[in-house]
Amino acid sequence: MIELKGVDREFIVGDQTVHALQDVNLTIARGEYLSIMGPSGSGKSTLLNVIGLLDRPTRGTYKLDNQEVTSLSDDELAVTRQNKIGFIFQFFQLLPRLTAQENVELPMLLAGIDPRERSEHARAVLASLDILDRASHRPDQLSGGQQQRVAIARATVMRPGVILADEPTGNLDRHSSREVVAILEQLNQQGMSLVIVTHDPEIGQRAARRIRMVDGCIERER
Amino acid sequence: MRIFDVLYYTWNALSRHRLRTILMLVAMMIGVAAIIVLTALGEGARRYVINEFASLGTNLIIVIPGKSETKGGSPSVFIGETPRDLTNDDAVTLLRIPGVRRIAPLVVGSVTVSWQGVERESPILGSSSSLLPLRHWKMASGQFLPDTDFDQAPPVCVIGSTIKRELFGTTNPVGQWLRIGDRRFRVIGILASEGRSIGMDVQDLVITPVAAAQSIFNTPSLFRILVEAKTRDVIPFVINDITDILKRRHQGEEDVTIITQDAILATFDKILSALTYAVAGIAAISLAVAGILIMNIMLVSISQRTAEIGLLKALGASQHKIIVLFLTEATMLASLGAVTGVLLGFIANAIIRHIYPAFPAGAPLWAAIGAAGIAMLTGLIFGAMPARRAAQLNPIEALAHK
Ligand SMILES: Nc1ncnc2c1ncn2[C@@H]1O[C@H](COP(=O)(O)OP(=O)(O)OP(=O)(O)O)[C@@H](O)[C@H]1O
Ligand SMILES: [Mg+2]
Repeated sequence: MIELKGVDREFIVGDQTVHALQDVNLTIARGEYLSIMGPSGSGKSTLLNVIGLLDRPTRGTYKLDNQEVTSLSDDELAVTRQNKIGFIFQFFQLLPRLTAQENVELPMLLAGIDPRERSEHARAVLASLDILDRASHRPDQLSGGQQQRVAIARATVMRPGVILADEPTGNLDRHSSREVVAILEQLNQQGMSLVIVTHDPEIGQRAARRIRMVDGCIERER
Repeated sequence: MRIFDVLYYTWNALSRHRLRTILMLVAMMIGVAAIIVLTALGEGARRYVINEFASLGTNLIIVIPGKSETKGGSPSVFIGETPRDLTNDDAVTLLRIPGVRRIAPLVVGSVTVSWQGVERESPILGSSSSLLPLRHWKMASGQFLPDTDFDQAPPVCVIGSTIKRELFGTTNPVGQWLRIGDRRFRVIGILASEGRSIGMDVQDLVITPVAAAQSIFNTPSLFRILVEAKTRDVIPFVINDITDILKRRHQGEEDVTIITQDAILATFDKILSALTYAVAGIAAISLAVAGILIMNIMLVSISQRTAEIGLLKALGASQHKIIVLFLTEATMLASLGAVTGVLLGFIANAIIRHIYPAFPAGAPLWAAIGAAGIAMLTGLIFGAMPARRAAQLNPIEALAHK
């Protein structure tokens, strides 16, 4: 479903060119579980952003569900992102003024889905992640692990084909980390592709497919 | 996105930053209220002046001796010309014009009046019985001048309340003999009316029959002839007839000036309306200031909410949707400011009317609608640039912002 061929991503900083990604070739099938590891600055986040359509490759092709997406307009990319991609961030990125349920409803609100349907759906997802009792709490009333679960609910509420998690446990203690990873793996078993960028070898080892990046290149894969 | 959701989201964001929101509302509110109060004052001034004019008399035509050319023309034409006087006979002939209801000839001058050794200088107005209804005056006691021919001079007079107080004190003047110049007149009535008429305080006046005043001042001529037309519509025809008749009587020379109250009124109306618009325009500038404030605060808001904008983009919001969200925020602020401003303006007007009941302050509807409209437009215009800036943020950099 995801097919990158010869992808480069260059940043021009002053008169220098930073090669954040160099000739990346990567195919991810539907329902795959993939971890990306590597030293800081090796291009892991950049790769995830390209896959998530937040960034465009400088060179190369990217097919998502057999559709060439490098040539899509910004608005078309936004719609594709809305329906096919779920992001999970290290710092959760919940809106502090909204309740947990409102945060989960946000992607559906942007998509213009009926409020009643939205509410039912959000509550169902919160229930499946076992935090329905916190639905009306605001983020600052939740622990880190709970916040990340709300963020996962938000990322999956539109039923995307792929979940992209950039260091999802980077801000959590061991216990919460395990919980969050378990939830993500559970979602993966339900059929969503899962890509985790992590510095934690223990978590990285769990994936069926493990990629190591160095200097913008995929160094090896197991 | 659904409209209600957009409004809720925006409202949520605004109520989160209460102080900032209230400050912006106050700025908008003051601008809108200023427009309403200032136009109300302008309108009040206009109505005040018009009411004053209306109280001078209705469908009034004023005939003045001498031709004053107001529409250009060479002044040399008039050199050596001696305008013929207006006389009582002129006034009488004007009564024959079909559209004329009543006529009052006027002679004015100033002379010493006295009663039992108390004396003062007083303006004298010579006129006829029709002056009372023509000017909408009222009598406090006694009666007005008798209905006689213009050239009869019965020795009677009517006095204003100041004359009564200063000369007669507590004595009832009606029936007393008042000395005017070197003649004696019997006081037959006292005027109740106040206010000013042709530059004189009505309460200060001594009114005599026109022929009597003419003999006091030793002149056959009239200061003015006041003509009341039967309806507003016949005024132009009456003016034509007056011009024709007087021209014929004055050996073919057009040597009078005829003005109508309508003309004066229209001029004042125009001037005061222009003033109202100007004042409203100045107040509208304060709205532009409020608009700039909105823009500034929106820019601050956007830089504080950069991560939120990045998140919205990651969740699939297009540039268009982000523009809608932030533009709604600016417009909602402006609208709330507009509504509260209109309310504040009307409350201020009510207070002004309460304090100065005689002054008919009142904001016209166009001012309220216009002010609210300009406020919302200001929100849209000054919200546009920040909204576009928000929409164009790079989502990756925005998400990394903390
Ligand atoms: N917007 C940018 N402008 C310039 N250089 C950039 C930009 N984004 C990333 N880079 C550079 O690209 C390279 C890859 O960055 P990236 O964030 O993908 O690394 P990473 O593997 O995610 O590192 P970390 O583990 O620290 O998150 C780095 O050298 C970084 O400095
Ligand atoms: Mg990174």
